[in-house]
Amino acid sequence: MRVGVLALQGDFREHLQAVERLGARGVEVRRPWDLEGVERLIIPGGESTAISLLLRESGLDEELRRLGRAGLPLFGTCAGLILLAREVLGEDRVAPLGLIDITVRRNAYGRQIESFEEDLEVKGLGPTPLRAVFIRAPKIVAFGPRVEVLAYQDGLPVLAREGKVLVSSFHPELTGDLRLHRYFLGL
Amino acid sequence: MERGTFRVKSGLAEMLKGGVIMDVTNAEQARIAEAAGAVAVMALERVPADIRAAGGVARMADPQKIKEIQEAVSIPVMAKCRIGHFVEAQILEALGVDYIDESEVLTPADPWHHIDKWRFKVPFVCGCRDLGEAARRLAEGAAMLRTKGEAGTGNVIEAVRHMRLINKQVREVCHMPEEELVEFAKEIGAPLAVLQLIAETGRLPVVNFAAGGIATPADAAMMMQLGADGVFVGSGIFKSSDPEKRARAIVQAVTYYNDPQKLAEVSTGLGEPMKGIPIEAIPQEQLLQTR
Repeated sequence: MRVGVLALQGDFREHLQAVERLGARGVEVRRPWDLEGVERLIIPGGESTAISLLLRESGLDEELRRLGRAGLPLFGTCAGLILLAREVLGEDRVAPLGLIDITVRRNAYGRQIESFEEDLEVKGLGPTPLRAVFIRAPKIVAFGPRVEVLAYQDGLPVLAREGKVLVSSFHPELTGDLRLHRYFLGL
Repeated sequence: MERGTFRVKSGLAEMLKGGVIMDVTNAEQARIAEAAGAVAVMALERVPADIRAAGGVARMADPQKIKEIQEAVSIPVMAKCRIGHFVEAQILEALGVDYIDESEVLTPADPWHHIDKWRFKVPFVCGCRDLGEAARRLAEGAAMLRTKGEAGTGNVIEAVRHMRLINKQVREVCHMPEEELVEFAKEIGAPLAVLQLIAETGRLPVVNFAAGGIATPADAAMMMQLGADGVFVGSGIFKSSDPEKRARAIVQAVTYYNDPQKLAEVSTGLGEPMKGIPIEAIPQEQLLQTR
């Protein structure tokens, strides 16, 4: 399976390593034509303002909207969640792709000193908790009826899915636990 | 919920990879940097080229300045403290800066020690010229590294020297038998445990950016091709004739660092770069990298 990882900026290398450890072939995506033959795509953590700008300048934004609407499975972590959202509250510095019906707020937990890690119970991943690393993380402040929440932290959704689009406000790529990536490859 | 773990600290640096961190001295410059695609800004009183020109003692920026920049942008805001000045670092942590650069660009405050960075929840980035220096900073708790280069010169040669040397030494360490590792640790002044970790994993345990003298998109792309995880640009942007355009071009150059066609395109018509200084023209005692 060819799994694309958006490689404009951010921790794309960790996602590539995760999918390759699961036996898939990782493909770095920087231009629209890199998407050829890609069966799934991951948008990594990074700075959503920078990635948003580079998406626009490369023409990848339009191509991703088209493929996303056509059913390409997508997984966004942290900045990736922001970029896949329908709406980013109070923010004109990021133009989200609108591929999952969630409204998000950037940096909603505060500055870096408020960043944290915690064990989460995740629906569908079995009894072993998932270590989740939240770094200047966004919050999902509202979601549509077709969105299924797979994990909560302190009563707020932090892992959600709508059809074949999966988003997490934390970084599964930083812990070496491959269960969420395996879940995504199975969508 | 655990805050300030090493994974959380070094994790932010992981998110900055493939990006450009720009020096800014006011809110307007910070907004220009963010709009150009910077992944973070470094809030400063003066850019290194001006610090060099001004002389005197260079200290942490006025908190007012840092707050003004924090309010202007949504990307991480870093700030510099003097080497060893743990109270400046405490103040920067209290201000909520996202990363502290314990920087040789400012006048050192302690003749013997760097800051014990394990005591802080806020992460630190430190400069290094070789693996020994990198390993010492890691042992003190740095969660991100950068080359020292020679700040404020617009001259990339020192950053190239430091990046090449560190990567060469990492390669050497990875192929060394244990007994040679002990001797090598002594030779380069590195804590053995840090070298053992590098030998075991085959890489530095944290992100390593290029810094110190990067002035053009070509400089930035060269540092990326030499193995930098990302790039700091200090004086190079706001000391050039068209900062906005140059900032955008350097951001593109770091993403498409392996694409000469694209690099040719973004390098075109940027106006005058900062003037720059040959390293030989700087008296030995005025070099920042030896601090």
